[in-house]
Amino acid sequence: MMRSLTISPDKCTGCLQCEMACSYENEGVFNPVKSRIKVFVFEQEGRHVPYTCTQCADAWCQNACPTEAIQINAQTGAKEVNEGLCVGCKVCTIACPFGTVNYNQATGKVIKCDLCGGDPACAKACPTQAITYQDANWTGYDKMRSWADKTNTQATAQA
Amino acid sequence: MGWHKKVLRVNLTTGSCTPEPLNMEWAAEYLGQRGLATKYLLEEIDPKVDPLSPDNKMIFATGPLTGTAASTSARYSVITKGALTNAIACSNSGGYFGAELKFAGWDMIIFEGKAASPVYLHISDDHAELLPADDLWGKSVWETDEILHQRHQDPRLRISAIGVSGEKGVLYACIVNDLHRAAGRSGVGTVMGSKNLKAIAVRGTQGVQVKDPVRFMQAVGEKKQVLADNAVTGQGLPTYGTQVLMNVINEVGALPTNNARDVQFEGASNISGEAMHEPRGSENKPNLVTNQACFGCTIACGRISRVDKEHYTVKNRPEYWNASGGLEYEAAWSLGADTGVDDLDALTFANFVCNEQGYDPITFGATIAAAMELYEMGLITDEETGGIPLKFGSAEALTKMAELVGKAEGFGKTLGMGSKRLCEKYGHPELSMSVKGQEFPAYDPRGIQGMGLTYATSNRGACHLRSYTVASEILGIPEKTDPLATEGKAGLVKAFQDATAAVDSTGLCLFTTFAWSLDDFQPQVDAACEGEWTLERLSELGERIWNMERQFNMAAGFTGKDDTLPKRLRKEAAKTGPAKGKVNGLKVMLPEYYQLRGWDEKGVPTAETLQRLGL
Repeated sequence: MMRSLTISPDKCTGCLQCEMACSYENEGVFNPVKSRIKVFVFEQEGRHVPYTCTQCADAWCQNACPTEAIQINAQTGAKEVNEGLCVGCKVCTIACPFGTVNYNQATGKVIKCDLCGGDPACAKACPTQAITYQDANWTGYDKMRSWADKTNTQATAQA
Repeated sequence: MGWHKKVLRVNLTTGSCTPEPLNMEWAAEYLGQRGLATKYLLEEIDPKVDPLSPDNKMIFATGPLTGTAASTSARYSVITKGALTNAIACSNSGGYFGAELKFAGWDMIIFEGKAASPVYLHISDDHAELLPADDLWGKSVWETDEILHQRHQDPRLRISAIGVSGEKGVLYACIVNDLHRAAGRSGVGTVMGSKNLKAIAVRGTQGVQVKDPVRFMQAVGEKKQVLADNAVTGQGLPTYGTQVLMNVINEVGALPTNNARDVQFEGASNISGEAMHEPRGSENKPNLVTNQACFGCTIACGRISRVDKEHYTVKNRPEYWNASGGLEYEAAWSLGADTGVDDLDALTFANFVCNEQGYDPITFGATIAAAMELYEMGLITDEETGGIPLKFGSAEALTKMAELVGKAEGFGKTLGMGSKRLCEKYGHPELSMSVKGQEFPAYDPRGIQGMGLTYATSNRGACHLRSYTVASEILGIPEKTDPLATEGKAGLVKAFQDATAAVDSTGLCLFTTFAWSLDDFQPQVDAACEGEWTLERLSELGERIWNMERQFNMAAGFTGKDDTLPKRLRKEAAKTGPAKGKVNGLKVMLPEYYQLRGWDEKGVPTAETLQRLGL
C-alpha cells in the first residue's frame, strides 16, 4: 500500500516540531532553514499551515530536469533527488508550481521532500496529527467520516 | 554543545558590536539563560546602580536547549536591574525570537551604555550592527514589527521591540517579541527604552548542535510523550490555556477581587477559559480563534483571540479587528477580577493594547485596581482622570486608561508609575498589592498559603513564576497539600524555587513542570550539553542561582524586612469561600524558610551556605 503525507492545517499550532525533525533527519542539525517542510503562520487570522511536496504522480520537477536527477522511489512513490546527477541548474525549482523544490547553497544541489524513505520524520514529530502519513488512495477518509457524522440522519432507520 | 559559546557585546554608547567567547567556566556552574546571565550581570555591574542609568546593563540570554527539538525550546530571558523594583529582574519569553537568536549563532547579547539617539540592532548570523531608529521612535510594537519586516524584505525576521510606554518611562514596560509574546515583568522594557534601544531584529541560518544527537532525540521523544499523556499539559492547557484556572481559583476562594478586598469574583465565569469558547457578539463567534504554540512547544497553551467588531472598544477601528494574542489567566485576572470588570471583549482589547504598546498587564491591572480604591475614597478626582470615573467594574475606565498608559498621556502617566509609587503619592502605601515594588498576580495568599511565602521571598518582587506552589496546593502536583495550611510550605516553596531556577536556565518552559520534574529535564540536558549533567548537579544549580540573586538584592540594599506582604493579606481576613476568616500566615512560614535556606534570622545567607554553593 502506498501512502501520502496528509496535512490538516486546522490542527496545526505552529510549533515547528516538523521543521526541526526534518532538518535533523536529513541534515543532522536542528535548523528550520534546512527543512523540506515549512509552516506558514498567518498571524492576523490565527492560521498555521504546514506545506511541503505532495509527490505529484506526473511531476513537473521530474519532467523539467535535464539530467534525470529526479527519480521515483518505487516503494514510496516519492520523487527523490539523486545528488550524484543533480547539477544545481534549478530548472525544477522553476517548474514546480508549488515552490516545494528548493536550492541548497551549501551543497549546490536542490532539496525536496523524499518521504524519509517511507517513515516521514515530520509526521512522527507532529504533536497534534496535523501531519499524518496515510493510505494514498484514502487521504480524504477522515474528512469524509467527519462530514458523514454531521449528516442529519436518524439513529434508527424507519420501516 | 547546546551552547554556541558565543556572546555578542553591544556597547550602545560607542556603537560597537563585538563577539566574545562565552565564559564556559561559568556555564558549567550556571548552565545558561537565567543562571548564567545573572552571573554575568552580578560580575559586571554594581547592584546599587540606578536601573535607568547607562551603567545598568541588559542581557538577552538563551539556554543551551533553546532552538533544539526538545519540547518548549523557545525560551529566552532578559536579565537586568528592574526599573519597577530596583531588584534583580529576569523576565522570560517564548514565541520564536529566542530560537532565532540561537540559530544566528549567539547564546547571549549583552547591552551596555546608552545610545545618543534611537537605534535598533540588526543581526543576520555573524553580522550584527546598530542602525538608526529615529523613524521608529514613537511607533508601537506592532508598527515597528511591520516597518522592520518591510525594510529588510525578510518575512522570516524575528523582532523584539518596545512600544511607546517603554520609550516614555512607564515603569512596567515589557519587551514584546513576535507581536504578542513578552518578557513582561519588572520593567525590563523601561530599561531598554532608557538606553534608546527600540528593537532587535534577528535572522539566523546556522542551527543548533547537541552533544549526543541520537541519545538527545530519544530522550526528547520520550519526554514529549510524557507531556502528551498528562491531563494538564496534554488536555487542560491546549484547550483552555492558562485560563483553565479562572473558575478553579475562584471556587477555592483565592481570586483577588477589587484590589484584593475580596477573594471571589461574581463575574469570574464570564471571563474564564470556558467563556472564551462560547459564541457571542455581533457575529455569534467565540472570542477564541485558536490555540498557538511557541517555537518547539508540543503543549500550545497560547491563545489567539478576536474582539467583536461591534464592541465599543473597536467599533470603526479596523486596526483592532485582526486576531492577536488573547487572554492568559494572569492578564484576565488583573484586567478583570482585580478591577471588577467582567466584559470579556473589554479585557481582550486592553490586553491587545498591552501588547501593542508593550507594558505588563499584571502590574497595569493591579495599579488601576489600587487607583479605583483611591478614587472610591475620594483621593483621586475626576479632574485628574480627565473626567473618567475610575469605578470598580467600569470597563470603560479600564480600556480608556489602558490606551492612556500605552502612550503615557494624561492620567496614564500617573498610572505608569505602578501601584507602589501611586499609593505613596496619595498617602496610602498599604493599598499597593506589591512586594519589593512589584504587584502580586492572580492567587490570593489567604486562600493559597504557600503563595504568600512565594511572593514575600521572590527575588524579582511578587511573582507566581518563582515557586508555583499552586501546582501542589490546588492541582496536587507532584502531591496535594492543604492550601489553607502553613505547615510544610517553607520546604515546598524552597524546593519549587530551586527547581524553577534550574528550569529557567535550560531554555525550556516552566509549564512543562506540570508533567515533568527535574528527572525529566536531566536526560535532555545531559545529552545536549558538554560535561556530565546529573540530577544532583541540576538541583544544586537551582539553589546556587537563588542565593546569587539574593546576594544581588542584598548588595542593592534590600534586607529581610523586604520579605513581607501587603498588610491587607496579613491583617484583613478573607470574607467568603473556603478561606473565610483566614489571613496569610507569613510570620509562621518565614523563619522556617530562612532556616531551611541556611540563612540567618535576618534573612542573610550564612558564610557556610555560600561556601557550600560555591558563591
